[in-house]
This record gives sequence, C-alpha cells and structure tokens, in this order.
Amino acid sequence: MNVAEESNTLLDAGEIDRTLDKMADEMANFVGDARALALVGIQRRGVDLARRLAERIKQRLDCEVPMGALDITLYRDDLQTIGPKPVVAHTDIPMELTDRYVIIVDDVLFTGRTIRAALAELADFGRPARIGLAVLVDRGGRELPIQADIVGKNIEADVHDRVDVLLEEVDGTDAVVLVRGEKK
Amino acid sequence: MNGLTSSAKPAGAGLSLGKDLLGLELLSREQIQLILDTAEPFKAVSERAIKKVPTLRGKTIVNLFYEASTRTRVSFEFAEKRLSADTVNIAASGSSVEKGENLVDTARNLEAMRIDMVVIRHPSSGAAKFLAERIPSNVINAGDGWHEHPTQALLDLLSIRDKLGSLEGVKVCICGDILHSRVARSNIWGLLKMGAEVGVCGPKSLLPRGVESLGAHVFSHIEEAIAWADVLNVLRLQLERMQGGYIPSLGEYNRVFGITEERLENAPKELVVLHPGPMNRGVEIDSKVADGPHSVILHQVTNGVAVRMAILYLLAGGTAERASLHGAKDEIGEVG
Repeated sequence: MNVAEESNTLLDAGEIDRTLDKMADEMANFVGDARALALVGIQRRGVDLARRLAERIKQRLDCEVPMGALDITLYRDDLQTIGPKPVVAHTDIPMELTDRYVIIVDDVLFTGRTIRAALAELADFGRPARIGLAVLVDRGGRELPIQADIVGKNIEADVHDRVDVLLEEVDGTDAVVLVRGEKK
Repeated sequence: MNGLTSSAKPAGAGLSLGKDLLGLELLSREQIQLILDTAEPFKAVSERAIKKVPTLRGKTIVNLFYEASTRTRVSFEFAEKRLSADTVNIAASGSSVEKGENLVDTARNLEAMRIDMVVIRHPSSGAAKFLAERIPSNVINAGDGWHEHPTQALLDLLSIRDKLGSLEGVKVCICGDILHSRVARSNIWGLLKMGAEVGVCGPKSLLPRGVESLGAHVFSHIEEAIAWADVLNVLRLQLERMQGGYIPSLGEYNRVFGITEERLENAPKELVVLHPGPMNRGVEIDSKVADGPHSVILHQVTNGVAVRMAILYLLAGGTAERASLHGAKDEIGEVG
C-alpha cells in the first residue's frame, strides 16, 4: 500500500455490528417464511458476512438458515484479458436451491459484474423461487443493470477509490475503509 | 493514513505458468503448489449435477495423440469439456500423419483453423517443446517419449497429498521400469521440489544410470523399498518394450519385484499404493493389492480430471512473456 494514499474509516467495528443488525431485521421482514430462506455468501468476505447474518436471523426467527459459499472466479467475464489467473476458492452449496428464497451476500457492490457471475453460477445449482442481494456497502459505479435489495451503507466513491472491507475472520479487525485513489 | 488495509491475499496470487506445460523439471515449487491448490476447487465441479463451468467458453483445444492412450486422452477431454472448451481429437492412425505429414505441418494447419491450445502425446522425447517453440498456442505435454508426463506426476502428487495431508518429508518409492518411464522422471522432479524423499526400485537393467545424481535412493530389493517407504508408485511393466532382454520372464519379475498382499502385510507401516495404469495384474502388482485398502488407483483417475482442469485454466491465454516463477507484478483486480 502506498504510504501517500489517503484513507478514512467509513464504519468502525461497532458500526458494522449495528449495520448487520439492521440488515438482519430487514431480511427477517423481507422474507415472510424464514424456512424458505437460504444465504449464499460470495468468497471471501461475503461468506463471513453471510455467516454473521445467519446467526442474527436465527436469534430473531428461531430457525436455522442454510448457508452456502460461492466462488465466482470460473464465471468471470474478464478471464480472457487478465494476466496471471485469479486464485480459485471453493464453491460449496450444501442445500437444495430449487424453490428457495436465496439471498446473495457480498461485502461491496461496485460494477455489478461479480453479481452477474454469481447469478449465472447459481443457475447451475438449481432454480430458486427468488434471488435477492444484500451488501454491506454499495459504492455506486454500476456497469450492469443490477441493484441490491438490502444495503448496509450507501457511499459515493470515485471509480479510482478503493473500498476495503476488513473483517475479523480474515483481517483480524472489523472496519470499512475508503482509500482515495489518484484521479487520472 | 490509518494503517488499515485488506492484507489477506490467497497463496499463489499473481503467479503464472507462462505459455506451456512441458515438464515438472521446468516448474518452480510455487508453481507446482499453485496447480495442486487450484485442482481442489475443480474436484468439486465434477461432483455437481451440472458438471460444467463457462471458464474456457470459445476456446478451441486439439488433443493430438501420436501414441495410443485411453485414460490420459479421455481425462483431458473431460477436463476440457467441463470447462466449456470446444475439443477435437486427432489420433496419428487414420490422420494425415499416416500419409507422412510432419509434426510442425500438422500443427501449422491446425493453427490456420484458429485453435488456442494443443495437448500432445508423442513417442519422441522433446516433441512437446519442439512444438511449443513453433506455434503461438498453449502446448501441454501429455507424455513425450521417455522424457516427461507432467500431468500424470501432478495427479500422483495430489493423490499422495490427499491421503497423507502433505508431501513434505513423505518417502515415495517408484517401483519397476524406471528406465523407459516418463512418469518416473516427472515424479522424481515433482516430488523432490515439493520436499518429498524419492526412492527407486527395480531390476538393474531397468534403472537409468546416474539416477542417484537426481537425488533418489536406489533399492535393489523390493523388501527394502517397502520397509523404507510411505508410498509406492508402481509403474507398468511396458510389455511392448520388453523384447530387449531386460528381465528373464514376467513370472520371475513378479516373484522378485511384484507388489503382493503378503509383502505389504510384512511392511512396518500402512503403505499407500499408486499405479498410473494400465495395470498388468499379476506382473508388477497383484489384484488383491490393486483392489485393496492400500490402493488409491481409482482416486488417481478422479484427480486426473481435476488436475488437468486446473492446468487448462491456469495456462489459457498465457504467453511466454507472462511466465513468472515466483509471482508476477500485474495485480488481479477485484471485479466488484
């Protein structure tokens, strides 16, 4: 990381906690029948967020929410153009998706290309009754007609900026950080 | 600046295999590690109801086989199809090769039809390299003469790692006809790079001279090899090459070097037994061993598809300029 980079914290650990509470409330209201719900997190931090949300929904509705993990690498639309190939992580969908209400969970929504890939991959696992999208941060900058149903925090970030979501499980700390990029 | 940054990068990030996969002698430990790690998620693709991902959609791959092969060719073909590539199989018999066309002319004609990758099996050592230097397509060596058979060795490494958890410090003895074996050569390179210890065991006439200089222990008695090893990789006695008086008879070979249930029962520890196939049951390996609890032979076959998917994925679109032994500079961005 460039020392000269300017960064500021958008959400601290406590705020992430409260944001996830709010998102879980919205999910619980959104769904109606929680027994039909399944969460699918996008590797890697989406999976950890999905796990935290599933915990909270369990407390609210007293029912176990099945969880899966999706690695979208093999469905990316830019594999032809990039140099060294991205590292492929595991996709693990242990539950039947057909007729379920599936909510995709990711950390940051930006161009929408990850979600396009995720929708294509999910279709290879079954035919959910409905698919929703929950993200911790929506930073704008969409390149595809995709939007989230549940958003933790909306921010306006420039296309050159980076939004880093740090989670205890991966990074040892909880924070959402905006790193200002150089305007070109 | 508050010192916070997302730091957790997966192992192997930024690493490339370059344009071709010619042999394990040319790969770094990190590159071998990357292939084995990448094979893991590909195993799961073959377990899905829809065994297909769109990764190589629009890529055309030619499987150019100048030697008989069932397992390797079918394994490559499954790997290619499960990645959504379009594939064409060319066997030397029944093709223009029979009319005397040379390798480069065959390849250039294929290039003219706009192919992206070539998988080649050839009886001459160095054929894959020869081809790779002359065409822009990615070339994968599926066995060249006595030289190397890198994908077989990689699936062997993966199968050992699956069974024992690691390759570091594992003692692997390769048994049988080492002299004529490209599988042995690729295994020796790969295992040593991954920190395993390598032994070889077979009749003196079938051990290449100077095999110790590669770093392998040499055993002339199978009982000693079994007492030393954690893993036995039992090679096929290449019956088509046994006209040269290398061994007295097949029965004699089995009596002296055959992997039998009795020999394994006398071993000090539980051994893992590999065989690259096709097996000569009752010659280098007894049926009770091949079908018994020590054997991971069918697991090797399953792993073969995953390893080849990983290699196709990692090589596709790669160029010589992008080859990097220890990590490349260009970063992979998040897609958002």
